[in-house]
Amino acid sequence: MRLMLIIAIPFFGALLPMLLARAGRRACAIATGLSTLMALVLLLSHAPVISAGQAFAVSHQWVPQVGMDLALRLDGLGLLMAGLILGIGLLIVIYAYHYLGKDESLGAFFTYLLLFQGSMVGIALADNLLSLLVFWEGTSLASFLLIGFWRHLTEGRQGARMALIVTGGGGLALIAGMLLLGDIAGTMTISELTARREAIQQSSRYPLALLLIAVGCFTKSAQFPFHFWLPQAMAAPTPVSAYLHSATMVKAGVFLLARLWPVLSGTEWWFYTIASMGAVTFLLGSVVALFKDDLKALLAYSTISHLGLMTMLLGLGTEAGLIATLLHLLNHAAFKGALFLTVGIIDHETGSRDLRNLGGLWRILPITGAIALLGLAANAGLPPLGGFLSKEMMLEAVSQVSWWGQPHLLTAIAAIAGTFAVAYSARFFAGAFLGEPGADLETAHGPSWGLVGPAALLVVSALAFGVFAQPLAEPILQTAVRGAMGNGDAPTIHLKLWHGVNLPLILSGVAILGGGILAGTFDGWRSLLKRRLAIEGQRVFRACEWQLVSVSRHVTERFHGGSLANYLTWFLVGVLALGGLSVWPSGLRSGDRQLLPINVLALLLITCLAAACLMTILLHRRRLLSVLMANVVGLITSIGFIYFSAPDLALTQISVEVVTLILILLALYFLPKETVAEASPIQRWRDAALAGLCGAAMFALTWVVLSSDGPTDLANYLIEQSKPAGGGSNVVNVILVDFRGFDTFNEIMVLAISALIIYALLDGAMHGAAADKLDHWEHDIPRSPEKHPAMFISFTRALLPLALLVGVYMFLRGHNQPGGGFVAGLVVTIALIVQYMVSGYQWAAERISIDYHSWIGWGILLAAGTGVASMILGYPFLTNAHEHFDLPYLGSLDISSALVFDLGVLMTVVGAVMLALANLSRLGRRAERAAQKAAEAAKLLDRGE
Amino acid sequence: MNHWIMFPLLIPAVVAPLLILTGRYDEVLSRVFSVGGMVLQLLVAIVLAVQAFGGEIVRYELGNWPEPYGIVLVLDRLAATMLLMAAVIGLLVALVSIDNQDEQGRHFHPLLLLQMLGLNGAFIAGDLFNLFVFFEVMLIAAYGLASHGGGRGRLAASFQFVAINLLGSTLFLIGIGLLYAVTGELNLRELGQRLPAVSEAQRGLLSCGIAVVVTVFALKSAVFPFHFWLPATYSRSAPVIVALFGVTTKVGIYSLLRFYASVLAGNEACFSPWALSWVFPAGIVTVVLGALGVVAARGLGAMASFAMLSSGGVLAMCVAGFEPERIGAGLFYLVHSTIAGACLFFVVEGVIRRRHDVGDALSSSRPFVRHGLLGAGFLVAAIAVVGMPPLSGFVGKLLVLDSFKDSPWHAASWSTILGTSLLGLVGFARAGSVLFWKTPLLDVDSGPPEGGRIHTVMTFIAIGILVAVLAMMAIFAGVITENLRITTEQLLSGRVLPHD
Repeated sequence: MRLMLIIAIPFFGALLPMLLARAGRRACAIATGLSTLMALVLLLSHAPVISAGQAFAVSHQWVPQVGMDLALRLDGLGLLMAGLILGIGLLIVIYAYHYLGKDESLGAFFTYLLLFQGSMVGIALADNLLSLLVFWEGTSLASFLLIGFWRHLTEGRQGARMALIVTGGGGLALIAGMLLLGDIAGTMTISELTARREAIQQSSRYPLALLLIAVGCFTKSAQFPFHFWLPQAMAAPTPVSAYLHSATMVKAGVFLLARLWPVLSGTEWWFYTIASMGAVTFLLGSVVALFKDDLKALLAYSTISHLGLMTMLLGLGTEAGLIATLLHLLNHAAFKGALFLTVGIIDHETGSRDLRNLGGLWRILPITGAIALLGLAANAGLPPLGGFLSKEMMLEAVSQVSWWGQPHLLTAIAAIAGTFAVAYSARFFAGAFLGEPGADLETAHGPSWGLVGPAALLVVSALAFGVFAQPLAEPILQTAVRGAMGNGDAPTIHLKLWHGVNLPLILSGVAILGGGILAGTFDGWRSLLKRRLAIEGQRVFRACEWQLVSVSRHVTERFHGGSLANYLTWFLVGVLALGGLSVWPSGLRSGDRQLLPINVLALLLITCLAAACLMTILLHRRRLLSVLMANVVGLITSIGFIYFSAPDLALTQISVEVVTLILILLALYFLPKETVAEASPIQRWRDAALAGLCGAAMFALTWVVLSSDGPTDLANYLIEQSKPAGGGSNVVNVILVDFRGFDTFNEIMVLAISALIIYALLDGAMHGAAADKLDHWEHDIPRSPEKHPAMFISFTRALLPLALLVGVYMFLRGHNQPGGGFVAGLVVTIALIVQYMVSGYQWAAERISIDYHSWIGWGILLAAGTGVASMILGYPFLTNAHEHFDLPYLGSLDISSALVFDLGVLMTVVGAVMLALANLSRLGRRAERAAQKAAEAAKLLDRGE
Repeated sequence: MNHWIMFPLLIPAVVAPLLILTGRYDEVLSRVFSVGGMVLQLLVAIVLAVQAFGGEIVRYELGNWPEPYGIVLVLDRLAATMLLMAAVIGLLVALVSIDNQDEQGRHFHPLLLLQMLGLNGAFIAGDLFNLFVFFEVMLIAAYGLASHGGGRGRLAASFQFVAINLLGSTLFLIGIGLLYAVTGELNLRELGQRLPAVSEAQRGLLSCGIAVVVTVFALKSAVFPFHFWLPATYSRSAPVIVALFGVTTKVGIYSLLRFYASVLAGNEACFSPWALSWVFPAGIVTVVLGALGVVAARGLGAMASFAMLSSGGVLAMCVAGFEPERIGAGLFYLVHSTIAGACLFFVVEGVIRRRHDVGDALSSSRPFVRHGLLGAGFLVAAIAVVGMPPLSGFVGKLLVLDSFKDSPWHAASWSTILGTSLLGLVGFARAGSVLFWKTPLLDVDSGPPEGGRIHTVMTFIAIGILVAVLAMMAIFAGVITENLRITTEQLLSGRVLPHD
């Protein structure tokens, strides 16, 4: 449980600085520092037991389905790593408090820092491949926020993005690698993997898993060819660079390789992947570092180089390599952290960190200079610092391994890289602290203890790891190695500064000598090599990113360009292809129903239908005619319904045709009268071919369906039950209001929604650009001089009561004879519309005072109420109740609750259609007024002249 | 008689007309009714979820007509899960719209409730034609919501949406007609039982009918090549509404699952494999197109829309093989991606609200009105959408990847999902950097910009709630996954059970 707390403290602590932001900077810093300290103390309280060779473990089930447990395990390796994170973290908090300006939001900064810290400790302690991934990605995100902390800096934003994309991308590869590894091993628990080493390495998927994991580690630890993000990340505030991009986060890759070392190492795949890339990075980093004038860039490449060194050592697959790695991990964290902090001090006090401007700082910043000197000495591998020890071990380990039959290749690379390390270290110190002070450095002042203290502490430990190697570094290393090996039989380690004269010592001497010469003669040939050696990974990256964006834009615009015709083409081609392919295996076979003989009437109807269809298409640019032709199609269809004895359908179809025609004509008034030709001839032929194919397909399907006998039991049931159970002899109506009344219930919703939308859209048209157009309306079609023909008026007024009566009749008889609420509603609507049309909206509206919104609302409520009533009586929604009455005068009458439902349908239909009409008229009247005004103005103008 | 299943339909069906009657004149009244209706709906969804997770499947025979002759509503674990998800998002959308979106046009709230009616109905429909009707309710209400607020771009996009989807409705009718012609049934369970009886001669018709219906579901869930309506509609509509459209899109995937489980499962020999086998590769294309769109986007809304497209593609990939484990993973991802998408669109809403003149454009030319919380909201939503820890997207991704482990599509699915995750990372990192780092801040003290006070309180509350839900989903991922496994089992075993 205490293990969980070590991780929980930073995460929960992260809330504090954010909340305390208003309480002041100091409160934020204290909260952060205390959180870190608590976690550190808790961690160290485990140390005695762990150095005795024990480990602590705790595990909670999280997502057992994929093997993800929140499992933590603290062993020697984790202790080393977590100790570094929390220990250095504490120093960084102090440093950052003094480093960041008074007006910067320290709360946010420390929150990000603690989130990072928690994630990082999580990586160190995780004992489950997948929960390790969670923390892994967490560090990428926190690093993104920290690098971009100075949001106004372009480099900061770009650096942050680049770091996130590279490390996040690597994280994705790692996800795949971890899942594969877990699958091969049959467990996601890291500590159980070691036992299955043989099985894992023999699996055919081992190389793939290894490569994917390597990519994850390489991106995180800035290994070639993914190293370029690290120098860019230096745009972060220096405490971040020191903490994340030197001491801890970039070591996560190395740490994970070390963690999996007992499982994955020892194969050729491992050696050639890890050691080779490490060696390349090692060399590349140290060479490039020499050519950097910006001190942070120089340190960034130096860090890359040292990370390469560690990666290479792990890649060797030997125990000596592992031991040297872990020792260097410790040393590097100390001295490189100190060096970054030193650069931060220089930057903070002088405002510059460019070697070309700096110089002579020794006089102004002597303590800082001493710290830098020691740090650089460790970096260059000079005795008696810890860096020397680990470098000697590295050379020793490397010299025992040959690469592709070349026994000295790696040794040579190490020696050359070491030489350059000496050279750039020397250049750093000489350039910054020696020589004459730069012109603008006179104002520089001494740093506060809060800046110097942490740096000094780090560099002193770097020194101590060398001088007091045996009492200090040895037990730490011994514990770590034991943890890393994963088993008890770790070798005993003896650290000594003096090994006698051997190959590593000779090589060190050569490196120091060569490095000195390189640094001394640097000015002579720097221009020669500078351009060629500065491999600008970030430029390649940016070019790639831009290329990606432009390719994406191209593809996106190509596919989603906005042409409805194209979208529909994709759609139809897709449906045709899929439908066709599905039919293919078994084919379509015409059924064996006997065909009816064709007669003249049918032939005539079909010819008219085909002609009207064709005309609709041919006339589609002349909208009015095209609409009329479409209407003809509808009317012929309804005749077809009558022909095939479906009077209900015919009635409905005819009334729908009439109502829609009127509405469309009203709307058409406001639209252009002709459509412009938009498609090219080729496109038209393409569309015609597609339409033809769709038509043929529909024909084929319809033919097959109509010519075969399908199962009819459902239909039979409905017909049989219509009268006895449904209480109506018109089965169509009983289906609509009873068997499938629920469908009707929802269909009237559709109608209501349509009306609401028409209302909303037309209301929108009364404002803004569309309204402007209405207010400048000019009649564009000739108008009849007689607006309201007298004969028409008197005729329709007389017709109104009759038409309404027909509506009532249709409604009442619906359950047994053709009719019903829907048709009745349409009939009533038509009767009303005619009044509006003939006598003018004004006249009609004054006499018909119906709020159509209410009709819709009450209609739905009535229909719903009918259904709810049956629920109250204990039956399912919309259960029909019907009763037979013998009434005086009216005779025998079937009253059914479906009638009330049908009344709801009627009201909704009337309300919906009339609402649409009323709003189209509203538009019309506004245009009318505008046109009239324009006409009057024109008349006045004429008279005036 | 257990009537609970009716309430997800009755509540919107009663509240919507009340809103039409009264809410037209009184903004406050309509908000009260709307939010009240949504709250009721959520409570009902919780009750139904408790019932369904007891393991019983409720079948409700409307009009008291015995199955398979009448219409039946079905509630199982999966339907209850979807109802609950829709109710949560619906309530939040109603709340966020109060910030001022509902004043941008008429009849916002009744349309919203009727959209819920369509959604809820589609989740519990046990009859193919009834499903069609609910699709219509959903479609037409969605058209009203998509065009809400008006403006040239929005009207054009919503017109394309309704045009393409009406073609889809026509196809659905054709498909239903074909299936009815060969089986004589509309009831989903009965259809499944009759499939083996379809004669050899009519297998072509049957296959064609299935293919057409599957196509319609693909259209609704925006799977290539039927997805073209999505990007423009989603990026042009008011973002708060698109949060709900995220649920609407899931209806397609849900219906496909339901259709497969009740009709097709176990009857694979009766129809051509072509009717289904294209879904996986089409899913991959969708994912890739969506991810490229994320990188290409010039506005935050467009970016979020393409991200939704991409996540829909992942779902298509998951359900394509109809393997139980993969469906379970897909369901987790379905819930996650819906919530994450809603969260992201609420953020877009907030961004637009606070940058009047440039809206959601990814440019730093106009300053923000104080946006610290919005930036945090974006970060969290982006983390969720891209699928990074610690939110549920990461778990979802792991579950999905893991479920493809032993499938022949292993390499294709892993490289697609991981590769497009990287594209998403690129896109969202760019967007966040430009909008929240590069764009200068306007201090709120310097006075409100033109247009008066900005209301974003509800938006922030909604974002907060959704983030909490995402975090809970991550923390309790194990429990949820186990429940979804049982849900999948129940769904797929429905067909094995004999007619009861």
